[in-house]
Amino acid sequence: MDGIFLQQLVNGLTLGSVYGLIAIGYTMVYGIIGMINFAHGEVYMISAYLAAISLALLAYFGVESFPLLMLGTLLFTVVVTGVYGFTIERIAYKPLRNSTRLAPLISAIGISLILQNYAQISQGARQQGVPTLLEGALRVEVGSGFVQLTYTKIFILIAAFAGMALLTYVIKYTKLGRMCRATQQDRKMASILGINTDRVISYVFVIGAVMAALAGVLITMNYGTFDFYAGFIIGIKAFTAAVLGGIGSLPGAMLGGIILGISESLFAGLINSDYKDVFSFSLLVLILIFRPQGLLGRPLVAKV
Amino acid sequence: MSAPILELKELDVFYGPIQALKKVSMHINEGETVSLIGANGAGKSTLLMSIFGQPRAASGQILYRGTDITRKSPHFIASNGIAQSPEGRRVFPDMTVEENLMMGTIPIGDKHASEDMQRMYELFPRLKERRSQRAMTMSGGEQQMLAIARALMSRPKLLLLDEPSLGLAPIVVKQIFATLRELAQSGMTIFLVEQNANHALKLSDRAYVMVNGEIRMTGTGQELLVNEDVRNAYLGGH
Repeated sequence: MDGIFLQQLVNGLTLGSVYGLIAIGYTMVYGIIGMINFAHGEVYMISAYLAAISLALLAYFGVESFPLLMLGTLLFTVVVTGVYGFTIERIAYKPLRNSTRLAPLISAIGISLILQNYAQISQGARQQGVPTLLEGALRVEVGSGFVQLTYTKIFILIAAFAGMALLTYVIKYTKLGRMCRATQQDRKMASILGINTDRVISYVFVIGAVMAALAGVLITMNYGTFDFYAGFIIGIKAFTAAVLGGIGSLPGAMLGGIILGISESLFAGLINSDYKDVFSFSLLVLILIFRPQGLLGRPLVAKV
Repeated sequence: MSAPILELKELDVFYGPIQALKKVSMHINEGETVSLIGANGAGKSTLLMSIFGQPRAASGQILYRGTDITRKSPHFIASNGIAQSPEGRRVFPDMTVEENLMMGTIPIGDKHASEDMQRMYELFPRLKERRSQRAMTMSGGEQQMLAIARALMSRPKLLLLDEPSLGLAPIVVKQIFATLRELAQSGMTIFLVEQNANHALKLSDRAYVMVNGEIRMTGTGQELLVNEDVRNAYLGGH
């Protein structure tokens, strides 16, 4: 029992750190333009394909060492996914900046469908897979059982937390971070101080896409398979994580992701794995009823 | 005095169907302190914001050092030397005093940042005590000082101030106007919008009086201070 509990805790932490990475994109975009980017899950899906393409290309050119493969794949995926994020914002959301709140939401759903169909047509509808890159695992004896930590999971944990730490540093201590926060807190004032707020909004979309790309590489490494529909369920999970942590709050998205991942894994391992999605979304409903501002969010105050 | 640094020509500005400014013409010369007085809702804040194109003028022209900036973006205007401490202060609530001041350096980069920050702390010693405190936790007076200091961090050629005395205790108002006098004497060009006509006129070289979106009167600060109509309408008859 101890063994299973700890094992699920570790699995949940790994899954949750990746939810957190994707949730960052939802929460930052919401924070800065007050819209839920429903195409964000599809950006993650695209990055999974890009990761597989990059791995195949690198293997074709004879790259075999894990660090090189990883570095090349991360670089390629992050850059191209960032371009996707930038382009989507320019095409689908920027022209609607001054229209009703509903318009960009509908536009996001449209982009989400376009990306799904685009992946399906260009890459085929069947499941794609990548080989396991890191073999082996650490085994730790715990009481009567043991906990198995695959090297892949350890790598995911380290990479995900490094990504979150780097982003936290950028937002807290750099000029770019201050510009993002200023635009989020008062866009009109930010522009009066000389900030090109349209450009800052673009940066935020790119940051969200980059974090989703990191998640895409890591999850693809862990599960090995994905298809054109992979972005939907994980996108909604990450959105749940963002709401759980308090939408608009960056530490909230990370915390929400980890809590959701752990509680989902524990539920699946200890109670029933068929109903784990039901459990996650019930959690979303409960949060929306009892704490709509989330764990670290602030109650909404109407702006004058 | 030299050529005008800012000139408004027959400016019309609308909020939806409502005309907020009607054929407003005025100018500010380099090195001058000019104030705009008028009742609440006369259109004073609208005038300041429309210099930054928010809202855009429907017709008319805004010339800054001879260049037409009527259709330019707010960040372009800020980058060229106009800074504003706006109505309601609008400091960034979740940022510290230091971070707020850093936001003022966007148009010129941060090469003078630490030097200028020291200068702001000399001008407003209270800000130094509060340097790592978040702006939302500060008093209205401190936030006002922060908003003015933040505007000064861009080393502006023209400083726009919207109601720096609004909602503040008389003693704080006195402090702020003393600081503004220092700034004016150092050669800064200041355009001040105020309901507190007494303080504003004493500080200003020239002033305009706005009523219902129109400029009704203009003159030197001294002339308006002794003007019968101005005294009755804006100085409470004293």
